[in-house]
Amino acid sequence: MCSTCGCGTDDARVEHEHAPPDHDHGHDEHERTHTVELEQAVLARNDHLAQHNRDWLASQDIAAYNLMSSPGAGKTPLLERTVAACARQVSVIEGDQETVFDADRIRAAGARAVQVNTGAGCHLDAGMVHRALDKLQPEPGGVVFIENVGNLVCPALFDLGELAKVVIISVTEGDDKPLKYPHMFAAADLVVLNKTDLLPYVDFDTRRLVADARRLNPGVTVLPLSARTGEGLDAWLGWLGSSASVGFRPDVRTATPLT
Amino acid sequence: MHELSIAESIVEAVQARTHEDQVRVVRVRIGKLAAVVPDALEFCFELAACGTPLEGARLEIAERPGRAHCRSCDQEFALPDLVLLCSCGSADLEILAGRELQVASVEVA
Repeated sequence: MCSTCGCGTDDARVEHEHAPPDHDHGHDEHERTHTVELEQAVLARNDHLAQHNRDWLASQDIAAYNLMSSPGAGKTPLLERTVAACARQVSVIEGDQETVFDADRIRAAGARAVQVNTGAGCHLDAGMVHRALDKLQPEPGGVVFIENVGNLVCPALFDLGELAKVVIISVTEGDDKPLKYPHMFAAADLVVLNKTDLLPYVDFDTRRLVADARRLNPGVTVLPLSARTGEGLDAWLGWLGSSASVGFRPDVRTATPLT
Repeated sequence: MHELSIAESIVEAVQARTHEDQVRVVRVRIGKLAAVVPDALEFCFELAACGTPLEGARLEIAERPGRAHCRSCDQEFALPDLVLLCSCGSADLEILAGRELQVASVEVA
């Protein structure tokens, strides 16, 4: 047994000064420890809370969408448009590191909103959404949009209990984003391509964006629209409607047809 | 930096099982396609473990390579990234491995 730390069997005697060169372990490695098998998902708690959110939303007949994009892609303007066009009660959970700017804008547009400030956090998790839903008290039969923290990386990993994940990318960000941020595009149930009114002013290859998004997520639908002009908004509303049988008032659809 | 959340989740998951026992080693399995950077996770784990019975514990990360099965030609192959394409030209793939994000076991004093 090792004379200093007690490692090894009783009939072995290893003195440190004569130890072979590879006997460089720290003493605490030889402390008696026992193994506890866990074999569980790291995000098991988040996934459990997400399922809880999903079950509750389903019981209330509420369709919830997780909107994810980089900062400035136009999530809030798209929501302002959507609030105006939706026949069912819209509520919004706004995620940002700081400020209540977005929640104020959504309230001004006529919907209920709760702001979640994550501080240093770079994404929303299921626990935050659970608390936000509790505060928001969305109307049964309504629609809840969860505007995630602007970030094309971290939010992709966290299930919030949503019905669908919508990734929004704007033409000013560049057409190379799907392959640069593969996890986000692989997780998307729908990709919205925003700011199409700016296409004449930027070098953006829509075909490349669609092709690359589908290399990661075969068959994913890409909806081009401009939240500013309303162009393409009808397709977005149609997708929302078909994904959750959500009713929209056709008379307030301000979209001009795609050319 | 979602690795901090992941690290906090690891500490939480372990503590739920081992309570106040001193934890010396935490073994996790991280798939290459799981969007978690091992170096960042190690750094964050040290922070997340501070002030808990996991403080000072060694994080052992076993990285798992990505593997996919092609539904068109039935072959199984290594998948180095999330670009879903088989050498036969099909994108109809099933990811078999590489998305793991699991706490396997811990060593407790």
